Amino acid sequence: MNYEAVIGLEIHVELNTESKMFCGCSARVFGEKPNTHTCPVCLGMPGSLPVVNEKAIECTAKIGLALNSKIASFTKFDRKNYFYPDMPKDYQISQYDLPICEGGCVDVEIAGLAPEGSDPRGYVRRVGITRVHLEEDTGKLIHIGESGRIGGAEYSLVDFNRAGVPLVEIVTEPDIRTPDEAKAFVQKLKNIIEHLGVSDCDMEKGFFRCDANVSLRPLGTEELGTKSEVKNMNSFRAIQRALAYEIERQGELLGAGERVIQETRHWDAAKNVTMSLRSKEEAHDYRYFPEPDLVPMELSRNWVEELKASLPELPNARKKRFIEDYGLTLYDAEFLTSSKTVGDYFEECAKDYPDVKKISNWIMGELTMHLNAVNLKIDESAVTPRHLVQLIKLIDEGAISGKMAKDIFKEMFETGKLPGIIIEEKGLVQISNEKEIDKIVDMVLEENQKAIEEYRSGKDRAFGFLIGQIMRLTKGRANPQLVNDVLRKKLS
Amino acid sequence: MLHKLTAHELHEKLISKETSAVELCKDVFERIKAVESKVKAYISLTEEKALFTANKVDEKVKSSENLSPLAGIPTAIKDNMCTKGVKTTCASKILKNFVPVYSSTAVEKLFNENIVMTGKTNMDEFAMGSSTENSSFWPTSNPWDLRTVPGGSSGGSAAAVAADEAIFALGSDTGGSIRQPASLCGVVGMKPTYGLVSRYGLVAFASSLDQIGPITKDVTDCALVLNAICGKDPMDSTSLNTKTLDYTEALVNDVKGLKVGVPKEFMGEGIDLKVKKMVEDALMLFEKMGAIVEETSLSHVDYALSAYYLIAPAEASSNLARFDGVRYGYRTRQKVEDMIEMYSKTRAEGFGSEVKRRIMLGAYALSAGYYEAYYGQAQKVRTLIIEDFNKAFEKYDVLVSPTSPTVAFKIGEKVEDPLKMYMSDVCTIPANLAGIPAISIPCGLTDGLPVGLQIMGKALDEITILRAAYAFEQEFWFKEKPALFGR
Repeated sequence: MNYEAVIGLEIHVELNTESKMFCGCSARVFGEKPNTHTCPVCLGMPGSLPVVNEKAIECTAKIGLALNSKIASFTKFDRKNYFYPDMPKDYQISQYDLPICEGGCVDVEIAGLAPEGSDPRGYVRRVGITRVHLEEDTGKLIHIGESGRIGGAEYSLVDFNRAGVPLVEIVTEPDIRTPDEAKAFVQKLKNIIEHLGVSDCDMEKGFFRCDANVSLRPLGTEELGTKSEVKNMNSFRAIQRALAYEIERQGELLGAGERVIQETRHWDAAKNVTMSLRSKEEAHDYRYFPEPDLVPMELSRNWVEELKASLPELPNARKKRFIEDYGLTLYDAEFLTSSKTVGDYFEECAKDYPDVKKISNWIMGELTMHLNAVNLKIDESAVTPRHLVQLIKLIDEGAISGKMAKDIFKEMFETGKLPGIIIEEKGLVQISNEKEIDKIVDMVLEENQKAIEEYRSGKDRAFGFLIGQIMRLTKGRANPQLVNDVLRKKLS
Repeated sequence: MLHKLTAHELHEKLISKETSAVELCKDVFERIKAVESKVKAYISLTEEKALFTANKVDEKVKSSENLSPLAGIPTAIKDNMCTKGVKTTCASKILKNFVPVYSSTAVEKLFNENIVMTGKTNMDEFAMGSSTENSSFWPTSNPWDLRTVPGGSSGGSAAAVAADEAIFALGSDTGGSIRQPASLCGVVGMKPTYGLVSRYGLVAFASSLDQIGPITKDVTDCALVLNAICGKDPMDSTSLNTKTLDYTEALVNDVKGLKVGVPKEFMGEGIDLKVKKMVEDALMLFEKMGAIVEETSLSHVDYALSAYYLIAPAEASSNLARFDGVRYGYRTRQKVEDMIEMYSKTRAEGFGSEVKRRIMLGAYALSAGYYEAYYGQAQKVRTLIIEDFNKAFEKYDVLVSPTSPTVAFKIGEKVEDPLKMYMSDVCTIPANLAGIPAISIPCGLTDGLPVGLQIMGKALDEITILRAAYAFEQEFWFKEKPALFGR
């Protein structure tokens, strides 16, 4: 039997507000010394009370607006009750029946063939948004002991710095059908949120976390199968691989006539498998009820309209502008708007240099290659837009060759030195003086009579060999076009 | 004999330099030493700190600085209000050695007025109870008859004021916890409008009902303390943004034309006949003073107790979750296998039986499948009760009733019967559900024990109930003092 996967995602996004969700502590806590950003409120000390961070409400509504959601006119917070040592109050202030945003959708362009078999050049998957709500993040537990998990730990340490950082939860409809779609959706969502500027969206730092509900059903049927929840997918690659694994696992179970158990599974990236977490004895009853320490909020339509008007340019609009204003191809524009920082990098370069095609080639080629090789992000690159523009200008001026430029780029990437400095330090200025080239070519020809003969007898390879010799002698500094011209002239 | 006086009387003596804050402080601590072994009103005493503050007040007097009306006044604080550097136990084993790192807003406001804190008073554990017998340390005695309870949950505060072990005290009132002990101890106690006084730093029992208020020797002091503790607090989202009033302006002996409603539901079954008689006498006095007294009805108030015992435990079950042995307070000393066992042993050993009963009641009322039938339904009843009060206040300026259906009962008399104990708050709970202000003032003695008269008012109309209470006090002049006999 053929099965179809049904996937819904839950994405948690830590907002980058100055202060925490319900107190004045700094929310910029990543990498800080444990328990240095806490107060009676975020530690859940007896008698302390929460006060809403209005900026966080605004950020959440912005996300909703960008995802085409309806912004509630009346919203409130609720308590989600459960015991866990990373949660100071043993309840989480969250939202239950009246989230800030409901509904919405995102259209995601997917390369390749749709599972139901449409246009092979690619298709669009519309992913429905169920809701977007606001809650507080928990602290972090560090389990001391072999297992690294709470079960079997000798003891555990708690860091409450993260407790109370505003956390937005985005829940999708089960509209996703393949791991590729899931990955593309998450990439697009991350890109949108980055453009909104409301989160740093760093997956490795846990600012952007994704869980998935996965089930299988016979192709062509409507009824949903039993789902498992997959957690701990902390990269795009992990999302793709974990879901592929989970779909295969469930497919094998069903194929063998067995049942899928409703459970939470943990993606182990090292072992490339999902593993059942300690099975939950029964479904949690969170005993939600309205948070009595906070008053419900009314979000005025005026406020929503103003917020809507203030939204920054989002990836789709930016892509369109890149094509229209810069004359980029769809392919280039898509690449350059695939993340906020790449687009920003490109535009920073384009401010100082008009030939944007060259910029885009360098970004998509050399820069991306080097970044990927050392797993860096574009905003962490030692080659800044200033470096790149200077480099391209030096090529244009004929001061360096394209080949030299690649070497200089590598040097810039490793040291952060400006191209002019590298050229000076290494004496890398291109030899474009015809007389000088003439002299060098003569020297090489004199020493390689055999190659001249070969060339004249019709062996083209000998020409390349001679060029190589010239370049070796000049340490690659000779203007290649000039060398080519001079050599050909002399040999003919 | 300074300890016998009120705050406003003592203020006069301090500014006229007839006495000093240190002298007053020492006098009150001598009184405490003399009677505390009988009353047991305090969980902890802070004599050293008190003398230090008193000294500072005297320096202010010396340098002719203006003294606030409460400066130098010995004050007792209920032990569920956080006091920085001073143990705050909620009379619970689970917080037995808990020392807060911050002070609650209401207490901080009093500190800013330079009050002299005498100590922290006994209470029912986490303010759950009506007799102070649920303290996990010891029961407090009623100064009028040491064999009886002082009421609760602010029994320590009320007993301390009644026994002159403090000039005034702060209590907290979730279902009557200020007014009922004030009534049983023959002192004045007020629960202000919900949101008038910040709850920040008050260890939460039921967040939507809790309110801090004064327990004083007379209505004038009540107004003075209310002036000091009320006001919007940015740390408490439920505190109200209202214009600042001077509550002493309410202290006028004039109730001519005041419309007094007497809800018949508060005067019927369950009310001790002697108590009822005292309240009727008080109403006659009001009439004599020119008020218009009429019987009225609050049709849904009979359901108040049931609604309260769903809403309050539900909120409590969540509020008390944080006492889990992880970050502060008591943790089990038994060997445990895992996290769940640590939680359950810690909480089983740390909480008393009434607290556990309410946590379980509340968790049940909120659980999936029962929420609508219990918590949801209770909230609807609450709305109906609010509407009843709104309707009544269209017609009446104040509503009057007994504060407690009985006078002080014997220690141990009701501990085995929670339902009987819960009935102690039948007259006081509706005001909490409706969020309205209410005051209890003494209206006489029956069989040597005080009876309290409850005056309820519109939300934020503390002025009117204070005026009614003041006028009554001027005419009735309850000046009896407890004899501290019995045990």
